Amino acid sequence: MKDMHLDGAQAVLKALEYEGVDTVFGMPGGAILPVYDPLMESSIRHILVRHEQGAGHMASGYAHATGRPGVAMVTSGPAATNMVTPLLDAYMDSIPMVCITGQVALPAIGTDAFQEADTTGITMSTTKHNYLVTDVNEIPQVIHDAFHLATTGRPGPVLVDIPKDLVAAGSPKAQMEWYDPSGHDLPGYNPRTEGDPAAIAAAVELIIAAERPVIYSGGGILRSRAAQALLELAELTGIPVVTTLMNRGGFPDDHPQCLGMPGMHGNYTAVMAMQESDLLIALGARFDDRVTGDRGTFAPDAKVIHVDIDPAELSKVRHAHVPIAGDANAIISAMVGGLRAAGVADAQPDRSSWHQRISGWQEKYPLTFDDHQAGDLLKPQAVVETLRDNTPDDTIVVAGVGQHQMWASQHWTFNHPYTWINSGGLGTMGYAVPAAIGAQVGMPDRTVWAIDGDGCFQMTAQELTTAAVEKIPVKIAILNNGYLGMVRQWQELFYDERFSETHLGANVPNYKMMAESMGCVGFTVDSPEAVQATIEEANAITDRPVVIDFRTQHDEKVYPMVPAGASNSELIIHPSQRES
Amino acid sequence: MSDTIDTAGNVPVWHTLMVRVENKAGVLARIAGLFSRRGFNIESLAVAPTDDDRFSRITIVVDVSSASIDQIVKQLDKLINVVEIRELNPATSIERELLLATCLVGTAEDRRDLLDLVQIFDANVLNVGFDQLMVSLAGSQRRLDDFEALLGRYGIVDIQRTGKIALSELAKVDDGGMQADTAR
Ligand SMILES: Cc1ncc(C[n+]2csc(CCOP(=O)(O)OP(=O)(O)O)c2C)c(N)n1
Ligand SMILES: [Mg+2]
Repeated sequence: MKDMHLDGAQAVLKALEYEGVDTVFGMPGGAILPVYDPLMESSIRHILVRHEQGAGHMASGYAHATGRPGVAMVTSGPAATNMVTPLLDAYMDSIPMVCITGQVALPAIGTDAFQEADTTGITMSTTKHNYLVTDVNEIPQVIHDAFHLATTGRPGPVLVDIPKDLVAAGSPKAQMEWYDPSGHDLPGYNPRTEGDPAAIAAAVELIIAAERPVIYSGGGILRSRAAQALLELAELTGIPVVTTLMNRGGFPDDHPQCLGMPGMHGNYTAVMAMQESDLLIALGARFDDRVTGDRGTFAPDAKVIHVDIDPAELSKVRHAHVPIAGDANAIISAMVGGLRAAGVADAQPDRSSWHQRISGWQEKYPLTFDDHQAGDLLKPQAVVETLRDNTPDDTIVVAGVGQHQMWASQHWTFNHPYTWINSGGLGTMGYAVPAAIGAQVGMPDRTVWAIDGDGCFQMTAQELTTAAVEKIPVKIAILNNGYLGMVRQWQELFYDERFSETHLGANVPNYKMMAESMGCVGFTVDSPEAVQATIEEANAITDRPVVIDFRTQHDEKVYPMVPAGASNSELIIHPSQRES
Repeated sequence: MSDTIDTAGNVPVWHTLMVRVENKAGVLARIAGLFSRRGFNIESLAVAPTDDDRFSRITIVVDVSSASIDQIVKQLDKLINVVEIRELNPATSIERELLLATCLVGTAEDRRDLLDLVQIFDANVLNVGFDQLMVSLAGSQRRLDDFEALLGRYGIVDIQRTGKIALSELAKVDDGGMQADTAR
């Protein structure tokens, strides 16, 4: 497109449209105000949030669910600082996001002007990259580069900070001729996607020689859209697969080779299979401390094949015998080709004794919880299972951070990629409500349930007003134990039951009334008999958000558990499974 | 350069990195921020534009006892504005640093002694005060360390060193352009 005179504000919107953006989550304010004016004529849907943190997590939920970059737009100063948490959250979990922030006018920068914040300085370590635009003519190219950086290589959030005088309609500095951006002048950015063929060949050899291999699949599987390739690799070799918290759904839970989630609250079999393995095939995983426990005693006999798009992850935590930098999908497919060519079916050893040990663990130590006792409040695990059994198979489940998150991950059956959305790396309480809204906006035809904690819910619940006004029919199941339950669990187990500042109280706020006041439908459920019926009622509501306050037993604990810093071999199992 | 042992009991081991970066606002802050956030120790850092004004060149001396050189290089390389990183092999690189110092020379004898030292080291006198001398020396880090230690006798009023800059030694035979340093 040539000879199109625009002001900077129009250029920002045109650049977003050029990138195919259909939805922006945000809130206007002084510095970004000029950009909000032409928004009224734009094809882009804007979702007006009640707090900028909500906009950030909505963009993240949208990106998780759709695979397309989420976009947030907010003003300068306090709005930009409100974005810091969602940016870091997305950075830790490699979620593609672009955030546009307003900035004070160029001459005012550095003068402590009203609502001035050093946004690029503050977000330098919470984004993959950020820009301060200093010339209106940069806008098309910078926004084009921002989307490129956000979505390629290891995905992540990119922030573009735009001073007001470059967008204000009447400002001489805001006048420009639109041009279609072309290419990227990023000489320092060359993410490698193809894996080194020699390394792939070495990986094939290790796989064929291994006696006790385990595929350790992480969130990179989802980011590189490699779920199908992973399934092929697993089925070709028969090797069992663990799915980390970031890759639940990346390999079907119902598959006989799926061992489920490893780590601090992983199931016994997934944890032990990794501990005892002689080869870990790490695919898009980063040996997070919540997975490895004490590093020194983690999987002591295992050699490591490590595939990651980010070379810095290779051997960062655990030495990789075969490090392969590149795109997981491409590399797994190449590995499958190599294994086929090597006649893997006949070449690999008989692993039946390893598989028997694994099924022995599965039989002896399944996930379990105590039965409901008359007079008790609900068992949170049972609520999750009832919800699972009364919602469509492809329901998108979004969690906050705490016990409820772990129960959701453990007790749901994830059979499809992109059906599980949570804050893994940063562990951001308050993630669920806005992320669920973002996911629902991106996937309007799917059922979206958030499984939230009472503590988490109170951090970002105001976004249900946004959802009600915008008619976004998310459903929220609060596992209301009246406590900061995960912290309470640590206090019970490791601090002599000294419950310092973890009691919230289950009755204040009244969640049903709170939901209703925000334009949602609210329910309270405290008896097991009412659980299913209320879920069905909630499922039938498709024009408004729904909140169910499930009153759960306050002292229920998440098992198994590896105490922080302990060896994975010291995992604490459910009391009913302990030898007496 | 002091070989002090850090709190974890690690003896510092220095490596020199030549880092070519895009000449953009905030690049130095990104690098400094990365080092502090990840607990990498910088011994010295020297930066200036190159002949190509799109790029600057930074010589960083890093302590690899705090983290592996591999991690440091890979994390640096993740910065979008970092274009190229080379690790210099100390055995085959030419290194220079500049030192400026002002020393007290209260007596005629001290002044004569210091001038002797200046001559021995092939240093320069830059400025003369009634009881002070300002001297400069360019050379290897080692040589500057020695000079600084000897200046200590006179009472150093002020001292500033630039941090090291370095280039690879030139090939003495035609080896087809093999680099002495390691591209990272
Ligand atoms: C923003 C933030 N603050 C504090 C924490 C520490 N933290 C982790 S879990 C948790 C309790 C969460 O309580 P709730 O949402 O009720 O979930 P529950 O564990 O009870 O299921 C806290 C305080 C955190 N992860 N994030
Ligand atoms: Mg709670």
